[in-house]
Amino acid sequence: MFPIAAIDWSPVWISLETSFTATLLTLVVGLAAAVWRARRRGPAMALVDGFFLLPLVLPPTVVGFFLLLLFGRNGPLGKLLLHVGATVVFSWPATVIAAAVVSFPMMYLTARAALEQVDSRFLEAARTLGASEWRVLGEVALPLAWPGVLAGTILSFARALGEFGATLMLAGNIPGKTATIPIAIYFAVESDDIQRAVAWCAVDVAISLALLGGLYYWSYAQSSGRARWARR
Amino acid sequence: MALEVQLVKKFPEFALDVSFTAGDAPLAILGPSGAGKTMLLRSIAGLERPNRGRVSLGGRLLTDTERNIHLPARDRRVGMLFQHYALFPHRTVAENITFGMRRLPRSQQAERLALLAQRTHISGLEHRYPRELSGGEQQRAALARALSIEPEALLLDEPLAALDTHLRGQMEAQLQETFAAYRRPSLLVTHNIEEAYRLCEQLLVLSRGRVAAFGNKEEIFRRPPNLEVARLTGCKNFSRARSVSENVVEALDWGCRLRVAGAPAKPAAHVGIRAHHIDFVESSGTSAADENIFPCWLVQSSETPFRITLYLRLHHAPGESGEYHLQAEVFKEKWERFRTSPFPWHVRLSSESLFVLPE
Repeated sequence: MFPIAAIDWSPVWISLETSFTATLLTLVVGLAAAVWRARRRGPAMALVDGFFLLPLVLPPTVVGFFLLLLFGRNGPLGKLLLHVGATVVFSWPATVIAAAVVSFPMMYLTARAALEQVDSRFLEAARTLGASEWRVLGEVALPLAWPGVLAGTILSFARALGEFGATLMLAGNIPGKTATIPIAIYFAVESDDIQRAVAWCAVDVAISLALLGGLYYWSYAQSSGRARWARR
Repeated sequence: MALEVQLVKKFPEFALDVSFTAGDAPLAILGPSGAGKTMLLRSIAGLERPNRGRVSLGGRLLTDTERNIHLPARDRRVGMLFQHYALFPHRTVAENITFGMRRLPRSQQAERLALLAQRTHISGLEHRYPRELSGGEQQRAALARALSIEPEALLLDEPLAALDTHLRGQMEAQLQETFAAYRRPSLLVTHNIEEAYRLCEQLLVLSRGRVAAFGNKEEIFRRPPNLEVARLTGCKNFSRARSVSENVVEALDWGCRLRVAGAPAKPAAHVGIRAHHIDFVESSGTSAADENIFPCWLVQSSETPFRITLYLRLHHAPGESGEYHLQAEVFKEKWERFRTSPFPWHVRLSSESLFVLPE
């Protein structure tokens, strides 16, 4: 029998902390990017979109490599951080950065689509009623786009939880520090510790199902109150 | 207070180029779809930026492209009633109406909400969501919301178009009441001639982005300045025409000479008469004073509950073609009196009812 007590639980906590923090970061940055982008038109925006969606199209290892170049000792951001005495590479924040970057496109795409689908007449009505652009955004556009933003958050979280390639490149495998569940599984398999790998996989499936199920029901409960107007 | 509008807005297919001044009486903007009616309202509300022009309200400049002034919509104090109401679906009626009262203390908001709800007859519905309201109630709530900012001008974009006949009548009464109490420049966009006539004193006819007629409604209906306005104000009968003498024109399509009232300033291009102005008389030549009387034959007819439209051919019995010269509209009671008379019947195109349209 595999001794349960002998398992090092740290990857679970690292994975959860990383995913939550990264999702929060993505929510703020992705939503801001979506709001900024939803009000603009023009050929230059195709370039912007392409750039924002790169993490989705590129292999995670490539994304990780770029991040390594950016945050490494000789990278522009790495140098800057070194001035304040911080190194990102192979530290816990690196797992957050990697997860946030790869999950960003999910948030950006869904939130933008949701914002663009809000009927512009509602926004115009708010303007004729004297509302500032901030109020139009906060009290009309975002509440109406809320279901889409929530969906983007769930997708981002799922992507962050499953992140492997970029994390390995930027944060490495330091048990108790940067080793998330996917990374722990990879190294367990590599060292022929199949039982451990199976155990981690089971834990990963359980966590994913529980969290996504929970989020789903939460959002369902949230939206059922609003569904009265959303279902038209 | 006066709303002075003079603006040009260009589009790939056409250009909106209008200027007019609206006083405190409601002004109806009439025109076919695509004439630029909605765009005009949006430009006044600040939701569109005109290419050129100047809009001022009670002396306050809202837009002046020459001085690069374009007041944002939120600072214009112009109330707008959108075509499909645009009530915020995630807010209750009360929250919709108080949305624009942010700067007032809560007690005053409640007071004004109660007053507006009472005036628009939606008291008791304040805590409902828009989708829990009927179309008419939504319309009233949207009107209350547009009035909530105490606007200095009111813009109504086809407010009755989406309502059924019964609600339409009720809502029309509501608007009449609102206009009577409000007495500020109010523009009512519509493509319904009768609605425009009933609700407003002044009329602006818009056609392909331009002002085709502007002024007192009775004047425009009695003497349309051109063929387009005559058509848009519901006139059905036209004939190409040629001036013969001062008071006589030759109607080329109708094949007759007509005596007309007044002296037309410009040479006649068309002559027209409204369907309900065509008079049926016993027979021709009863006295010398009876002019413009012609024999006619019935080609076909179409009934509505109280009236009948008769399609008539002048001078000769109709052939197989079914072509007609005139459409006449008469009440059924009157129709009953002559429907069994033998052909030809006789119509009189009275000179007061005929209008001569220049090119």
